[in-house]
Amino acid sequence: MSNELLYLLFFGGLFPLMFIAYIIGKNKAISLTNKNIKMHSQPSQYGWFVSLYTGLPIITITVVGVFLYLFDIHLLPPFMLISFALSLGAVSLVFLNKAINKDTKARNLVEGFIEGLLLLATFVSILTTFGILISILFEAIEFFRRESFFNFIFGTTWNPDTAFLEGAGRGGEEVASAKFGAVPIFAGTFYITGIAMLVAVPIGVFTAIFMSEYASETLRDRIKPILEILAGIPTVVYGFFAAITVAPLLVDFFASLGLKASYESALGAGIVMGIMIVPIIASLSDDVINAVPKNVKQGSLALGMNKAETIRFVVLPSAMPGIIAATLLGVSRALGETMIVVMAASLRPNLTMNPLEDMTTVTVKIVEVLVGDQAFDSSLTLSAFALGLVLFVITLVINIVSIYTIRKFHKKYKISNL
Amino acid sequence: MEQQNININVAKREKDNKDLRVKVEARDLDLWYSDNHALRNINMDIYEKKITSFIGASGCGKSTFLRCLNRMNDLISDVTIKGKISVDGHNIYAPGVDEVAVRKKIGMVFQQPNPFPKSIYENVAYAPLMHDIVKKGSDCDELVENSLKGAGLWEEVKDKLKEPGTALSGGQQQRLCIARTIAVKPDIILMDEPTSALDPISTQTIESLMLSLKEQFTIIVVTHNMQQATRVADYTAFFHLGEIIEYNETEQIFINPQVSKTEQYITGQFG
Amino acid sequence: MEKNDDYFYIPQLKKRNRNGKIFKWVCASALISALFFLFIFLFDMVRQGYPAFTQAYIETEVTFNEDLKSNPYSAFDSDSFSIISRAWMRGLPRMMDEDPSLKGTEQKIWALANAEVDQYIKGHPHKLRDREQKIVDRMLEEGSIESKFNVIFFLTGDSKIPENAGFYSAIIGSLLTLLVTMTIAVPIGIMTAIYLEEFAPDNKFTQFIEININNLAAIPSILFGLLGLAIFIIFFGVPRSSPLVGGMTLALMSLPIIIVSSKAALKSVPATIRQAGFGLGLTRWQIVRDHVLPLSLPGMLTGSIIALAQAIGETAPLIIVGMIAFVPDAATNILEPATVMPAQIYTWSGMPERMYIEKTAAGILVLLTILLSMNGVAIYLRKKFHTKW
Repeated sequence: MSNELLYLLFFGGLFPLMFIAYIIGKNKAISLTNKNIKMHSQPSQYGWFVSLYTGLPIITITVVGVFLYLFDIHLLPPFMLISFALSLGAVSLVFLNKAINKDTKARNLVEGFIEGLLLLATFVSILTTFGILISILFEAIEFFRRESFFNFIFGTTWNPDTAFLEGAGRGGEEVASAKFGAVPIFAGTFYITGIAMLVAVPIGVFTAIFMSEYASETLRDRIKPILEILAGIPTVVYGFFAAITVAPLLVDFFASLGLKASYESALGAGIVMGIMIVPIIASLSDDVINAVPKNVKQGSLALGMNKAETIRFVVLPSAMPGIIAATLLGVSRALGETMIVVMAASLRPNLTMNPLEDMTTVTVKIVEVLVGDQAFDSSLTLSAFALGLVLFVITLVINIVSIYTIRKFHKKYKISNL
Repeated sequence: MEQQNININVAKREKDNKDLRVKVEARDLDLWYSDNHALRNINMDIYEKKITSFIGASGCGKSTFLRCLNRMNDLISDVTIKGKISVDGHNIYAPGVDEVAVRKKIGMVFQQPNPFPKSIYENVAYAPLMHDIVKKGSDCDELVENSLKGAGLWEEVKDKLKEPGTALSGGQQQRLCIARTIAVKPDIILMDEPTSALDPISTQTIESLMLSLKEQFTIIVVTHNMQQATRVADYTAFFHLGEIIEYNETEQIFINPQVSKTEQYITGQFG
Repeated sequence: MEKNDDYFYIPQLKKRNRNGKIFKWVCASALISALFFLFIFLFDMVRQGYPAFTQAYIETEVTFNEDLKSNPYSAFDSDSFSIISRAWMRGLPRMMDEDPSLKGTEQKIWALANAEVDQYIKGHPHKLRDREQKIVDRMLEEGSIESKFNVIFFLTGDSKIPENAGFYSAIIGSLLTLLVTMTIAVPIGIMTAIYLEEFAPDNKFTQFIEININNLAAIPSILFGLLGLAIFIIFFGVPRSSPLVGGMTLALMSLPIIIVSSKAALKSVPATIRQAGFGLGLTRWQIVRDHVLPLSLPGMLTGSIIALAQAIGETAPLIIVGMIAFVPDAATNILEPATVMPAQIYTWSGMPERMYIEKTAAGILVLLTILLSMNGVAIYLRKKFHTKW
């Protein structure tokens, strides 16, 4: 039986059944009302009640069945499954219709159903987090069963080229074994992130101070959308700009100083990434600086301090937790940024302190590995998931610290729009 | 008409107190918030080392006038001020006078205690250090101690000067704010409903502190609480709809008001 | 009575105020440098991208006969052959099929020039040989080479022949992907926000969900790509490279942003309205449906538009789920392989031919125009429906 027919059977059964259920439920309620019985709820609510609770078993059984198929458990053939679900729905329709009396709390039951539906939607976001974790974790564990975890975390040589030979069944004694020492990759990631933060934090925080303390209302209204534009530029566009415009500029500039810079230098990628993060830090810092109570500022001004002194002594210390949280979110964003580094940084793991040399990052490696046509079970492919796991754990910790800080800050100043 | 106004606005001096000296003079002061005429033709003499209280219903302009005295209204855009306020004969709105310097001379305590997010010590020492009143070191320590003593807080905090000022109780925070204000050695202290956010016991402490502070400072206090005015103030001005209706010795205002509006207010017929 | 002396004098006030001014300028210069960057960036993109909106055409004579049908290349002499686009030549038989009256006639038509001629005319680096340059120069004088508006860019898909590469299939791919994202993320996001803001009890579990959502908003986008690959493609068997898998991945990514902004919109409805509803004996759901939701809908809409604009520009997770495949023809449904605008930009930026650089920049201009108009709509909505309570 083809899929189209199955869809037709399912929806062709479900919707008419629910519609009929609505009519029957409503009519029953109306007829009871006509017999001068005082009903608990409105007739249409009885209609909804019967309709929704008829649909519920049908959808539940079908969804559960489909999931079982995905795990290769075939309790019933698909046609039988849907037929079974539909007939169960019909049975529950008849049963519910009989059960309606003046004490049936249709309104509460319908609203309970809606609340359940809303709760279900809420679970999607939790499932997403677990989905990410699971999709990375299993492959990463498989990777660490093959390669040494210790070497991955502390090894300084990343040379997986032979892994794909092994994957192709040609691993042998004559081929040197693959090395998965990820230190150069982590170093490159943190180095580029560091450069980005050196750009983003001062520009972002000072911009926020200007916006919230110095700019007039009209200027603020004009500049905010412009900063939103900066925040809305896709990272692939930043990446192109970094590779095509910024990199040659840097190479020329350092050549004029007699220094040799790579076209894929950490500096170029870092600067552009920093600019990408400026609006994130600026807008979050702006929020927290605005949240500093006016009366504390006035206290300082009333002591004969000027505005700049007040900002430095009173406003910034009050806003500091929020600014730190904003910076942390920026760091997390920089660590996981992909397109800028894919386009403007290099593929070569390179352990160096020189910002003019090329470096690679975790995200670049993940993209490199997963875009190529790799056998899914080779160590090289699995290494992408191991790198992904490290990225997940690091950003998770940073995010949670940052979120807690912001929540505490907002609680302190009784504002709650994170 | 104007002449008459001044007569009402300027309080009669105490007959038996010959050395009473005018500290602050307001002349023909008008203030607008954009189009809203918030203060109308204020004329007033405020006497040195006395407590003067401003009373009136909310929105009557008493806080606005208080904020004019140390130019805190400069912070709000859309404010127009006409007229003159002088301290010891020096116009604080004269061109070339920096409002920052004015505020050093005329300190202010606010309705909500607003200690800085710093240690108790830094809260007090911050302004004197910035104003170069003292240098860092023992001089500064001494000033902090004296100021805290002056505010009656020293005994409670002398062992925890390094702790954040925000960790103190509400009443202690308010006294810390007073301590940091007197540390700058101003001539005048403005208080904008300093006890309205505090419990009765803290209020009592602050009130007795005010009475002891008037030995050194001229104090102007805005209050919602008429009993407070009778307890602490030597002079009281009654504001209504942006005008001073009556200004006199506190006793006179409460026992023998000259204007019927004042009587209505103090007897609770509106406000 | 009035004296103008140093009565209000603080030592060092001048110096302090000067420092204050410097501080203000430091802050201003930070803002200025951010704006300056934006300006340079936009200027650079326009400078690089606008040439791609015109393309060189050569007036040429074509004899439509059977030979042309079997071997379109043979209809041209070697001079023309070296400067006319091969992709255009290959299209001639189809042109003949569509218009049979052409058959047996000799026509003067404007032929698409190849990329090198185009770059030469635009004054960019090119690979034309001297002989070909002379021909092009001569034709330029005769007026038989012209730069015309580049329709191809908006009407064709990707191509390995640079002058024939267009943005159309990427635009369609983005549209389909966005459709999927919107259908999934907006209802789920709004439902979650309603639950958290209106129904959820304030307990540890709710807090956990909220922290989880905030964390999800800050998780690297590439990890969503890994989820799409492992769960949607490998586990559920959704076709790789399809707008369906891309849209689902992006939906999970935009979900937290939509939830957060929808929550803020719900929160901005004052509690008094809910209290009034309870006072009238309405149930919680009735209050939400009839009173709170209509008031917060503009805010939710604004947040959703911004989230979707962000999703359109997202690349990394889509690369992982295979949406950078070479896709010459636009997808017609959400299960066919497709590419999206940012992925097309990424692919072109890696091509060796010079012409792809301007195509990349032109693609960026198109993408930015779309994003800016979406953000513009969002900002307009926010302004229009902004209510002060």
